Amino acid sequence: MPTVSMTVNGKAVTGEVEARTLLVEFLRVNLGLTGTHVGCDTSQCGACVVHVNGKSIKSCTMLAVQCEGAEVTTIEGLAKDGKLHPMQEAFREHHGLQCGFCTPGMIMTAIDIVNRHPNGLDEATIRHELEGNICRCTGYHNIVKAIDSVANKRAVEAA
Amino acid sequence: MSETGIGKRVLRREDQRFITGKGKYTDDINLPRQTYAYFLRSPYAHARIRSIDTSAALAAPGVVAVLTGEDLAADNIGGLICGWMIHSKDGQPMKAGPHPALAQGKVRYVGDHVAVVIAETLNQAKAAAELVNVDYEPLEAVIDTASARSSSAPPVHDEAPDNTVFQWSLGDAEAVAQAFSRAHHITRLELVNNRLIPNAMEPRAAIGDYDAGTETFTLYTTSQNPHVARLVLSAFVGIAPEHKLRVIAPDVGGGFGSKIFIYAEETVCVWAAKRVGRPVKWTGDRSEAFLADAHGRDHVTTAELAMDENGRFLGLKVHTIANLGAYLSTFSSCVPTYLYATLLSGQYALPAIYAEVDAVYTNTAPVDAYRGAGRPEATYVVERMVETAARDLNMDPAEIRRRNFITTFPHQTPVIMTYDAGNYHASLERALELADYRNFGARRTESERRGKLRGIGLSTYIEACGIAPSAAIGSLGAGVGLWESAEVRVNPTGNVEVLTGSHAHGQGHETTFAQLVSERLGIPIDQVSIVHGDTDKVQFGMGTYGSRSGAVGMSAIFRALDKIEAKARKVAAHVMEAAEGDIEFRDGNFTVKGTDRKMAFGEVALAAYVAHKFPTSEIEPGLKESAFYDPTNFTFPAGCHVCEVEIDPQTGTTEIVKWVAVDDFGNVINPMIVEGQVHGGIAQGVGQALTEGCRYDPETGQLLTGSYMDYCMPRADDLPSFELDFTVTPAPSNPLGIKGCGEAGAIAAPAAVINAITDALGVRDIPMPATPEVVWRIARDRAPRLAAE
Repeated sequence: MPTVSMTVNGKAVTGEVEARTLLVEFLRVNLGLTGTHVGCDTSQCGACVVHVNGKSIKSCTMLAVQCEGAEVTTIEGLAKDGKLHPMQEAFREHHGLQCGFCTPGMIMTAIDIVNRHPNGLDEATIRHELEGNICRCTGYHNIVKAIDSVANKRAVEAA
Repeated sequence: MSETGIGKRVLRREDQRFITGKGKYTDDINLPRQTYAYFLRSPYAHARIRSIDTSAALAAPGVVAVLTGEDLAADNIGGLICGWMIHSKDGQPMKAGPHPALAQGKVRYVGDHVAVVIAETLNQAKAAAELVNVDYEPLEAVIDTASARSSSAPPVHDEAPDNTVFQWSLGDAEAVAQAFSRAHHITRLELVNNRLIPNAMEPRAAIGDYDAGTETFTLYTTSQNPHVARLVLSAFVGIAPEHKLRVIAPDVGGGFGSKIFIYAEETVCVWAAKRVGRPVKWTGDRSEAFLADAHGRDHVTTAELAMDENGRFLGLKVHTIANLGAYLSTFSSCVPTYLYATLLSGQYALPAIYAEVDAVYTNTAPVDAYRGAGRPEATYVVERMVETAARDLNMDPAEIRRRNFITTFPHQTPVIMTYDAGNYHASLERALELADYRNFGARRTESERRGKLRGIGLSTYIEACGIAPSAAIGSLGAGVGLWESAEVRVNPTGNVEVLTGSHAHGQGHETTFAQLVSERLGIPIDQVSIVHGDTDKVQFGMGTYGSRSGAVGMSAIFRALDKIEAKARKVAAHVMEAAEGDIEFRDGNFTVKGTDRKMAFGEVALAAYVAHKFPTSEIEPGLKESAFYDPTNFTFPAGCHVCEVEIDPQTGTTEIVKWVAVDDFGNVINPMIVEGQVHGGIAQGVGQALTEGCRYDPETGQLLTGSYMDYCMPRADDLPSFELDFTVTPAPSNPLGIKGCGEAGAIAAPAAVINAITDALGVRDIPMPATPEVVWRIARDRAPRLAAE
């Protein structure tokens, strides 16, 4: 079996995997990082979104061996020294989650959306950018508010 | 009142674990020595099984066992049951065919469970499943709802030769006939309530475990009601006696009804765990969820509404064919009957109603409760009829509602329900104001200038939830009572654990239930833990569905808190050497009237456990109380949703440009959470109206909408932001005055959307989902007429 090495949440990890092992399986099964979820089998739902080298990707659509040498961040790696990432805070503040299952993927996607729009975001753009993440609980209303609050606060601070 | 008390927007305490990836869902649990189960499913909608040869699969690498329906029978494992008996008009009990957890002799839908392969790894189990040789004799399939009763295909179940589960009726046919004979106008519609696939984001999963030392089973499962699962698996399926089976439903990623039911997969996992002597884990993938989660809705209805010359309703006649799929799922039979026809009076003083429901078997996945369960179907009929009647009479749709609203309470409808409180004018008028209904004409003109079609639709819904008074539903055929339990354990140090029979899978009980306890006992909310979802911790409970956790579950906690307070008063009286009648309890302190003597709640708790200062012959030590609460009535949330759409006739795209919802949920514990429930409900209702529709191939019964590529879940850009407001008429049937809020959005929304689209297009009806293709075709056909106008 191939060996794969990468950095996950700042820690170097190595594991033996079947070549067909998906990144999400490597994270969940080999590393026990069960915060990243699997909600579908067609790369539609986005529950498995993590960051690979700073970009959001669906970890069900990438092989673990493709991540050789990569920097991977999962939901477990967002909070630093016990302090939540502003997007995590915003999801709680705006009640942007109910059952919590889509939430890790939503938060990872949301951070990437905001990173790609340093000058702020309007509601239509946020909604369009969320097309790869499905939530069945919230009707997206409060997810959009949470992302809006982070995006536009950051834009104001940068201005 | 504290900042965390009743009525406050308290941020959710459960969020910390979910936003940091620390939630614990069933698939996140792994047991030592666990094996993996993979279910071989039927590729045919309908077939006889001549034989199953498992020998090659058994010899495959890593395979631990391959089990079939014969093995279930050998172990005397019973079939799955339907817990609500419906009798047909002629008095005959419903015709329930067998429902084995693994097929016995026949498969009845694509995705039906044929065999389970258990192996060291999931990939090994999947690979070996390909080696199971099943010799099928394919049969013609019955798929279509409307024609199932007259199908020439072999019946789905021999027990129901014409595929008819029951032919049921409610109401007074004669009174309706008389009303129709006096009618000035009759509005008639044929309506299809489209079949939906629930799609909670967490797929179902189960882990079965057997401890040979204590002879006990443990089942971890994605359940909305773990105690009901244990009861059914013990009493009917016969896995193990109730005291030898523990069911744990940890964090559950959404349910919407689909995780109420007792399914084949969890049954097989827990049974197989003893056979193979190791834990057996199954995690469904999304394709399996599409195939084999219980679906929702699927009604074909003809409705007629009779009215006088002033638009006053005289009578309603409804005939519905309800597709229950291939097997009767756990609560399937009550959905198109007592959860449906009992709400056909809507918010209206309708003197006469008669409803007939024919429930049919088809070779499709079982159909059962899905968010709203029967009540969205009823609201869709009533609110489409009322809006259409207004158009028939050239009357304002708001005005026809005003003329027919019920205004005095209690109100006995002709279809069982007694509405106990409500104010329908208030929610209508407030919604019209927020929607700027008056100036809609100007907005429509403006849209037309841009080549767009604009429409507005109302839905003044009512529902009955907070299910339910046990004796009442028992008289209607329910096999269980629908009370709820609570146990309040006060620890010696004064913090509190509340054990509830309700189950949270997104509703935020760890916050709202703690708000109630914090306020009642005057202790900080962080000193309250809410415990649920484990039959070893919570003695019994009926679980969460039918918007019952607030009205019934919290009322049980309320009652248990009454007992805690009563006992604590006795203890405080002894310790402070006062008469019990002089003890007052306020803001967490027991005081002696007219003195400065005072004990904090925590001090009384400690005194109760130390038990030095009261006669234990009169007062038992300790401070722990429980309550079983049975509601005296359903609760009747009601309100008005207004949907405004703009349609691009060139593309058929419908944009929801405004959504106003004014709901009456009685008293609200946490407005933030209630709003979230409404948002989610509306989204599911809009999904039904615009994007979601389950399709089977009408000949072969293959599921055509079997993935997110084909079944269109509403995305963020399919939906608007919602404008919400509330009116408050407290529910008289529970001590907190609260009504259920979890299903209202899904109940109200479809009719509001379709009323708006038909208004925009100037057509009488449009099928759901009103996809761009459907809308575009109608807009195209309508274009020449517009030009001619």
